[in-house]
Amino acid sequence: MSAERERVSLKDVTETPLAAPLNVGFDYTRSTGPVLGRFVTALRERRIEGIRGSDGRVHVPPVEYDPVTAEQLDEFVPVSEEGTVVSWSWCPEPLDGQPLSRPFAWALVKLDGSDTAMLHAVDAGSPENIHSGQRVRVRWAEEVVGHIRDIAYFLPVGAEDTTPTEPAPPVADREEGAPISVVITPVHLKYMHSASPEESTYLRGLAEGKMIGQRCPACGKVYIPPRGACPTDGVPTTEEVELPDTGIVTTFCIVNVPFLGQRLKPPYVAAYILLDGADIAFLHLVLGCAAEDVKMGMRVRAAWKPRDQWWTSLENISHFEPTGEPDAAYETFAHHL
Amino acid sequence: MPDVAIAGFAKAPNVRETEGTTNGVEMLVPIFAEVFAQTGLSKKDIGFWCSGSSDYLAGRAFSFIAAVDAIGAFPPIHESHVEMDAAWALYEAWLKIKMGEVETALVYGFGKSSAGQLRRVLALQLDPYVVTPLWPDSVSIAGIQARSGLEAGLWSEKDLAEVAARGTGKDVAELLDTPYYADPLRRHDIAPITDGAAVIVLSTVERAREIVERPAVITGIEHRVDSPVLGARDLTRSPSTEAAGKALDLDGVDLAELHAPFTHQELILRTALGLGDGVKINPSGGALAANPMFSAGLARIGEAAVRIHSGESRKAVAHATSGPALQQNLVTVLEAR
Repeated sequence: MSAERERVSLKDVTETPLAAPLNVGFDYTRSTGPVLGRFVTALRERRIEGIRGSDGRVHVPPVEYDPVTAEQLDEFVPVSEEGTVVSWSWCPEPLDGQPLSRPFAWALVKLDGSDTAMLHAVDAGSPENIHSGQRVRVRWAEEVVGHIRDIAYFLPVGAEDTTPTEPAPPVADREEGAPISVVITPVHLKYMHSASPEESTYLRGLAEGKMIGQRCPACGKVYIPPRGACPTDGVPTTEEVELPDTGIVTTFCIVNVPFLGQRLKPPYVAAYILLDGADIAFLHLVLGCAAEDVKMGMRVRAAWKPRDQWWTSLENISHFEPTGEPDAAYETFAHHL
Repeated sequence: MPDVAIAGFAKAPNVRETEGTTNGVEMLVPIFAEVFAQTGLSKKDIGFWCSGSSDYLAGRAFSFIAAVDAIGAFPPIHESHVEMDAAWALYEAWLKIKMGEVETALVYGFGKSSAGQLRRVLALQLDPYVVTPLWPDSVSIAGIQARSGLEAGLWSEKDLAEVAARGTGKDVAELLDTPYYADPLRRHDIAPITDGAAVIVLSTVERAREIVERPAVITGIEHRVDSPVLGARDLTRSPSTEAAGKALDLDGVDLAELHAPFTHQELILRTALGLGDGVKINPSGGALAANPMFSAGLARIGEAAVRIHSGESRKAVAHATSGPALQQNLVTVLEAR
């Protein structure tokens, strides 16, 4: 999954828990199967096809199985691109990704020749210009690609196409003219991600070049990053513990496989680092020696980036590198594996 | 098979926006402590843990794992999760006790609705081929449903305002004087965005009698689902709620907690379950007072149960919903026995 993370300055925030925008996005790529494939292939030709259900009703968009009997359906029925509004609601402030970016109506539209209504947008301008029973027609997208968005929106019958339509969604690779078998729908979501007070202390410590963990009052274990609740005892962890930036490799793997978004050239080592005095390891990179020379129990020290690049992130540590001290004995860290 | 009863219930403060983390763990720690204090149980007494939450609310994968920290899950626990309202987690826990696998279970639901744009995030529960790509939001879909009933003469805007006024003590005429938010819906027709969590302890009736004087015995629990094809449904009814209700004995019910995030949906549910004027509806205020996603349905069951515990009700019905426009519905009957 390709996730975009927005980086913002958090320097002005002091006591309240840290929060920052988190934007995630992914192009969902879905196989259509024969029924929806035929529907979107017809859309690419600016035609609409429904399917006949067990009770004779024609469903648009077509359904693979009857909504009542669950019988598999296969009788396609061409329907009109004109229809009637069955019910509607007004959308005064359109959201990202909706069919129109100006106020519009959501409506259930029953196309002529269909017995069930489809949900889509009607470009009516204002709520005074739409009513149930109103006649509407498809406004086709200027570029049709074989996707539900080929129907850009509906317009009152008789209204002119006055404004350009939105760009088409991405298209899967296929041979020229081949039927549609895959549709791609980009999904982008925006969050305000909030760290806990404990994580915030830890992240603010990193901005100062410090490693701050917390000790569980019940079992005495030291967690870094601090957890807010001890996973063993379920009680809040409160006592702060500053840890050194030295420790050992408990276990590791040599990454040989390239992947999307990879920042280092393989082979390189991703390792669990257990800081001296901590009871939980975290994942980081071990560089500064050949990948084949990394061993379990190897002593390592943090390699910090230049101070002017520090912020509230573990990224301030570029990687860990060997100190050259003797390896820790297996028995000393076996219970942390 | 043993009968199952609800022995404890606690809920987090319902707030518009917590400063807490996106995963919600700190909403759970205090309510676990509260329900343990209430029941005299400790985590060692819990045979099965089951939660309801959603990664789409948290904006990250496996978000429920972080919440397991609130349990103190070591030594390892017997645990499960549903990506639905925790009312369905309660159903799973109820089955575990019925099957004789465990004697007690703790069910919890949680979510930070304010982290993202809730009504847009909810578009992701729709058909991923022909509906989600249009990004219809939950308020707009409910508006279409509300208008269907308005135009069919099944309810009026005044009826909707009366539902809102009952919980808030506001004046119906004043409510009707407010502008539309998403025609035909006004602000008071729409549940608020709420961050929250809830927890229920259930056990065999025998065990529950040691914990509370009047256990809320689950004498029936049923859930049903309607077609995801919005245009193929009669949106003015809830056939799945009707079917669940028919499978239960609702005779003599004196109190109902209904999970209706929109005013018109409360009217649909009352009709579907055949609740007459003698039945006290939503003494807790219902979802219109607070709608914490993924725990509001579980909280309906908990709110009904505590009224059995207190003697306020002899026989109560609790309802939970999931999906767009009351698509999926779970109905529970609780009795003082």
